[in-house]
Amino acid sequence: MTDIPAVLRPVRSVGRSVLAALRQAGAVTLFAGRGVAAVFSPPWFFGQLGRQILGVGYFSLPVVGLTAVFTGAALALNIYTGGGRFNAEQIMPQIVALGITRELGPVLAALMLAGRVSAAMAAEIGAMRATEQIDALQTLSTDPYRYLIAPRLAAAVLTLPVLTLVADIIGIAGGWLVATKTLDFNATVYVRNTWDFLQSWDVVSGLIKAAVFGFIVALMGCYHGFTATGGARGVGRATTHAVVSAAILIFAADYLLTSLFTHR
Amino acid sequence: MSETPPKLQWRGIKKAFDGAPVLRRLDLDVAAGRSLVIIGGSGQGKSVTIKIAAGLMPPDAGALLIDGQPIDLASARERRRLAGRVGMLFQGAALFDSLPVWENVAFRLINADRMARKAAKARALEVLEKVRIGRQFAELYPNELSGGMQKRVGLARAVIGDPEILFLDEPTTGLDPITGRAINALILEQVKGLGCTAVTITHDLDSARTIGDEIAMLNDGVIVWRGPAADIDRSGNPSVDQFVRGDPDGPIKAAV
Repeated sequence: MTDIPAVLRPVRSVGRSVLAALRQAGAVTLFAGRGVAAVFSPPWFFGQLGRQILGVGYFSLPVVGLTAVFTGAALALNIYTGGGRFNAEQIMPQIVALGITRELGPVLAALMLAGRVSAAMAAEIGAMRATEQIDALQTLSTDPYRYLIAPRLAAAVLTLPVLTLVADIIGIAGGWLVATKTLDFNATVYVRNTWDFLQSWDVVSGLIKAAVFGFIVALMGCYHGFTATGGARGVGRATTHAVVSAAILIFAADYLLTSLFTHR
Repeated sequence: MSETPPKLQWRGIKKAFDGAPVLRRLDLDVAAGRSLVIIGGSGQGKSVTIKIAAGLMPPDAGALLIDGQPIDLASARERRRLAGRVGMLFQGAALFDSLPVWENVAFRLINADRMARKAAKARALEVLEKVRIGRQFAELYPNELSGGMQKRVGLARAVIGDPEILFLDEPTTGLDPITGRAINALILEQVKGLGCTAVTITHDLDSARTIGDEIAMLNDGVIVWRGPAADIDRSGNPSVDQFVRGDPDGPIKAAV
């Protein structure tokens, strides 16, 4: 079995990696399926849902807000510089609004949540796994998918669009601040240009993206925590994997959704 | 000869991890209302034995029977039904960090039985009192309790649903001898009080003699001896004798 020609060994190792990746993808899909089924089937744990909404949404507001304001400001400066090369500085408000609502608002809010929430979910659920609390849930006639996973998935899907909307407003405000205070833009004209240019679909498409990203953030945190093995080291590994895989999947989903929405 | 089937039966149970067999062929049973203690060295499959019986882990082969009826451990519904009939005290107590003591104890009543929180709390306080945890500790969180208190809270949580079968995983491990004996006394009181069937796994022979009607010795994935707790010191079985003496030489290989 192991005696294969040396020249084929790299092929074997690629094959093993592909199989491992497919196994992992299958396991994540099954986990997601069970999680989603638990969201839609009783009993529902509204207390847990409320706690998660608070953790995912309310407590993430400062970090999302700060990220948005600085990104909006930096984006404004970059567009001003770029626009200046062909005398088109005046389109800066419109491009900032478009960039923030369609792309940067949802992506940055999701990345902040991946770092903050996905990691926390993986660590909490992983620690519960390591200390047999998940086994305890089962012996207490409580389905861990309904008690632990469903509220987190639902909270992230419901909350990230709201956070994104806040990020959109704060990001545009960041651009406005830089434009009016340092680049001599007229405050009223800036707001009117932004408002007149933006279409509802620009905002809505960003919010749809945010809901998908919210699902990814919670799914990665829950999956890696739930399947953590090997005590404290395993929990640390689960946390890292949750953040990295959530970030990669957010970018991949962003491209797919953008491509889908562009051809709409 | 009684015609009543045993309360709990492991029949030809096999379990392996990554190809390494842990339970080779487990055949064991406990009569209703009796207390069975499973002893054995580390890594011999004691925890796996009760995790399979509690529906936490499916076996690779064999059957689990309760009251003579096979339980389909592959079915989530069957496992949920089984969970309603058992209580379990975990080795590290496995209390929920995010919930206060009373809510840990009342967890089953609130979340599975959908009892009103006020009534569940009143019932939890009653059970906590039975395990000598005063009301002043009810609002504390698990990390504010000592190891012995955590075990007592875990015991209260395990018995609050009046289980038919109670599983106890190393109930005295990590406790000083005095606290360990107090826990043993409480377990005995609860098991006899509830009239339930108890299965305990432990390394602690003192505990095994106190809470067990019978003792079974698990070694290398099979039961090598079983008998009344009083006979443990004169079993005539080399594995049991070695375990009782704590002798490194003998048929049991020390897991170092």
